[in-house]
Amino acid sequence: MRRIFLCLLLIFAAPAWAQDLQTVLDANRDQIEKPSRQTIGPVINEIAASGDGAVAFLEAWADRRIGMAEDGRFAIIDGEAAIDAVTGAAVTGDVKALRPNSGVRGLIAAALVPALLADPDISRRRAALDALGRDATAEHLPALRASLDDPDPGLAARKARLERLLTIRFDPDPAARVAAIKGFSGDTSTDLQAALNPLLASSRIAATELPADANVLQQLSVGSDLTRDEAYRLLVDAGLARPRLSDAEQKAALAANLVDGQVGNIPVANLDSPDARDRAYRALAAAGTVPPAASAEDVDAALDSYVFADVYVEPSAEVTDAARATLNGLVFRERAQQGVDLTLDALSLASIYFLAAIGLAITFGVMGVINMAHGEFIMMGAYTGYVAQTFIANKTASLIVALPAAFIVTALAGIVLYRLVIRHLMHRPLETLLATFGVSIALQQLAKNIFGTQARPLTAPDWLGGSIGWGEIVSISTIRVAIFVLALLFLCMFLYITKRTRMGLNMRAVTQNPGMAASMGINPDRVAMLTFGLGSGIAGIAGVAIGLFAQVTSELGQGYIVQSFMTVVVGGVGNILGTLAGAAMIGGLQKGIEVLNPANTLAAQTWMILFIIIFIQFRPRGIFPTRGRFVEG
Amino acid sequence: MLIRKYPSVLIFLAVLAVFTLIVTIMSQAYGTGAIPTSTIKLFGKTLCLALAALAMDVVWGYAGILSLGHMAFFALGGYMIGMWLMYARTEEIVTATLANAPIPPTPIEVQEGIAGQIFGVVGSTDLPLAWSFAGSLQIQLLLVLLVPGIFALLFGWLAFRSRVNGVYLSILTQAMTLALALWLFQNDSGFRGNNGLSGLQNIPGLTDLPQSTISIWFLWASALALGVTYVLASWLVSGKFGSVIRAIRDDEARVRFLGYSVEGYKLFIFTLTAMICAIAGALYYPQAGIINPAELAPIASIYLAVWVAIGGRGRLYGAVIGAIFVSLLSSWFTGGKAPDVNLGFYTINWVDWWQVLLGVAFVLVTLFAPRGLSSIIDAVAGLRHPMRRGKDLGPDLGALREKEAEA
Repeated sequence: MRRIFLCLLLIFAAPAWAQDLQTVLDANRDQIEKPSRQTIGPVINEIAASGDGAVAFLEAWADRRIGMAEDGRFAIIDGEAAIDAVTGAAVTGDVKALRPNSGVRGLIAAALVPALLADPDISRRRAALDALGRDATAEHLPALRASLDDPDPGLAARKARLERLLTIRFDPDPAARVAAIKGFSGDTSTDLQAALNPLLASSRIAATELPADANVLQQLSVGSDLTRDEAYRLLVDAGLARPRLSDAEQKAALAANLVDGQVGNIPVANLDSPDARDRAYRALAAAGTVPPAASAEDVDAALDSYVFADVYVEPSAEVTDAARATLNGLVFRERAQQGVDLTLDALSLASIYFLAAIGLAITFGVMGVINMAHGEFIMMGAYTGYVAQTFIANKTASLIVALPAAFIVTALAGIVLYRLVIRHLMHRPLETLLATFGVSIALQQLAKNIFGTQARPLTAPDWLGGSIGWGEIVSISTIRVAIFVLALLFLCMFLYITKRTRMGLNMRAVTQNPGMAASMGINPDRVAMLTFGLGSGIAGIAGVAIGLFAQVTSELGQGYIVQSFMTVVVGGVGNILGTLAGAAMIGGLQKGIEVLNPANTLAAQTWMILFIIIFIQFRPRGIFPTRGRFVEG
Repeated sequence: MLIRKYPSVLIFLAVLAVFTLIVTIMSQAYGTGAIPTSTIKLFGKTLCLALAALAMDVVWGYAGILSLGHMAFFALGGYMIGMWLMYARTEEIVTATLANAPIPPTPIEVQEGIAGQIFGVVGSTDLPLAWSFAGSLQIQLLLVLLVPGIFALLFGWLAFRSRVNGVYLSILTQAMTLALALWLFQNDSGFRGNNGLSGLQNIPGLTDLPQSTISIWFLWASALALGVTYVLASWLVSGKFGSVIRAIRDDEARVRFLGYSVEGYKLFIFTLTAMICAIAGALYYPQAGIINPAELAPIASIYLAVWVAIGGRGRLYGAVIGAIFVSLLSSWFTGGKAPDVNLGFYTINWVDWWQVLLGVAFVLVTLFAPRGLSSIIDAVAGLRHPMRRGKDLGPDLGALREKEAEA
């Protein structure tokens, strides 16, 4: 350590008694010619300390541009020409290049950092700073401090920041480190976390009593903080207690000492209980055939006579306290950001559910017609998008074509379904459910027959491919933002149609009282058909949107049908704002549960469904129940 | 009394008995061997499906509760018996292996060995709490009834209490099934995740018997269960109780205003049919040999409704006929045995098109033949659907009488 400090001093002070480059090179000729990573370190430091020409030599060496001239002088190769490494005179004749391996070159680069930090060339200073940021050691700290007043203000700021970080890690004075840590409060960058986390590393120790100067994280009590087994294993690992015999070892020992069908005078047939085995083993141990094992009493005694604690590796309590305080602040900030990120995720999931459910909200909610083939309409929309992409190569253009095409295809399918099936089953909701279920089976298999069972890609255009983010944690993919916007758009469109257009007026009239609506000259059948077409068409558009981020298969819609129905039911049938609230609730809930158990989305779905079942207990008619005389039952 | 009212019970029992007898005579174990064991298993499984369809018909066709979750109870029954089958079978194997060791095993070692064998695939070596009784056949048999029964009771109580009915109930039961399936799909819920339980065709203690014998035993058991349940269901729907549940189906509010506890009736019938389904499942899966959470997928329960609808709901024999007809036809079509139809420009391969055919047939049945296949039997018996045009059943002069409205 001291030697390294000396070397560093030498570079900058360059005292008169330093050996010059020539002497150093001559003294270490063999080492330089065939360097090895283990032994070359001191030589490199000596060269670095040798004053004029040393930096040039080391840079050339790291670049594999040092060669050996025929007369044994070291030369710096520059393209075809070569100059003497010490004097700078031209070298003639053959020069054999030296080839240090990457490990040696790493050492050279590290030795060069202090010199480069003060280099007049800004790009070299920047590169040196980058290298230091990645991989710094204690000896770099004085060099960095010496070069703090950088002419470039940006670089000076970076140097100052890095100096503070290195102070946290390497400064010998705890007070200076604490000051550095406190100076960072409010910062959330990862390099600060990387500097702070190692300070809080702890190790678990067992001792008869804790050393007075130990920086204790927490004292552990056996039984609550750590199990008896763990505690005893700690003692065994530390060599403080005899190992306990595992059941398998005991069994093997017994089997090895099987004599005449007996072990320790106990017949083998009786050895089918732990008690009998213990007795047999004790008998063997008493006879001296096996080493005695720690008994339960031994374990108790050992555990009682030792204390267990987590102790910081860092000896200074002030430093660990400061680091902990700063990290806690960091964690809180990070939590807040994660919360924002989660909200965005939930919002995005909610908009997907909303988009999938909005068509259903129209057909089921407004018309009271239950359409189990709704999921298959979503799938049809997704396949329409896929077909559009096979015809139009430009992704943006194909998407622009696909959206209205999907609407038209599924709206037509919906109208056909209405004319052929649903119209004949009006006011028989259960039978509608069954019939549309038959349609759903048939459509799914039809899609399989046409498009095959493998997933078809529906690629998003490039401008939808990226993601939008703030900071390091909060980010959301552009496609999800687009879906959110699409969902909003449909909400507005639907509200406009129902509240502001003739069609919407008719629709509401037919919903509330078909007989009266018919008397007023509205054709209920026609209105119902158009409404059904509208709902189905929106399902098709939802299909294109969902297909952009999910795989398009014939089962695409099936995954959404239960959730979509739940969304409508939870929200309150016959109310589009209810559907919005339902989607928000289900999406938020699912994401919320996923946070508690991140590895398991299946569990999240299970709990979500259970929650809905219970929710319906308390609000059987949903969040926004429909009121009025025309409500059934 | 029952038979006088429903002569079809006798006919049904006779047909079932004759069928079982013929199959037994033609089986490999007890007869000529004309029917291979795999076909006998298929018949046995089909009878179990018919049993489930019977339960579905009672709850849907008579009580009007379109449950899309009865196949979940079916699978739960299968899981309960499967736990014992798998545990006891593994116990035999583990005991046999450990018996060769020089030191006899302790009970804990045996249990650890079993747990390791069963749960090794999901990366666990501990026996989950749910398997505490898996070693005992009696308790597991009891659980076959209790677990689906209590589950149905709880769910039904929650649902009926808050007056969830009609399509809402259907959707809710479907959600319940999905939740249960998703839960079972998880590795850490203790039922081997998507691996499910396997090797159920090996009956512990009967390892020396060939599968041909075991399969015929299961056929008998399935036929017996179907027969007994059929009589029970006929008795249930024929008396006053039957009248009340049919009245609930036709007009729930009116029955409530007449003073009946509608929720109680519905809850009873929901739970009872769930338990019947569980029995059917417990008989089915030892013949199928494997059960996994995919069996609980909501689609399975919907197929159950499809069978009942095609067979004819509101007719007990209709449900049985529907289940047998559709599931046998389905295995014929999907088994690749049906001849392809060449249309010149396209060859219809039935493996691909059977589902389309089934879906379309289902729509047609719902539209045009609400009584399904049993309307053929109705036509033979001369039962005509009266043109009620919304008129009530009742004692008034103008009203239709119960006799007329039977169809």
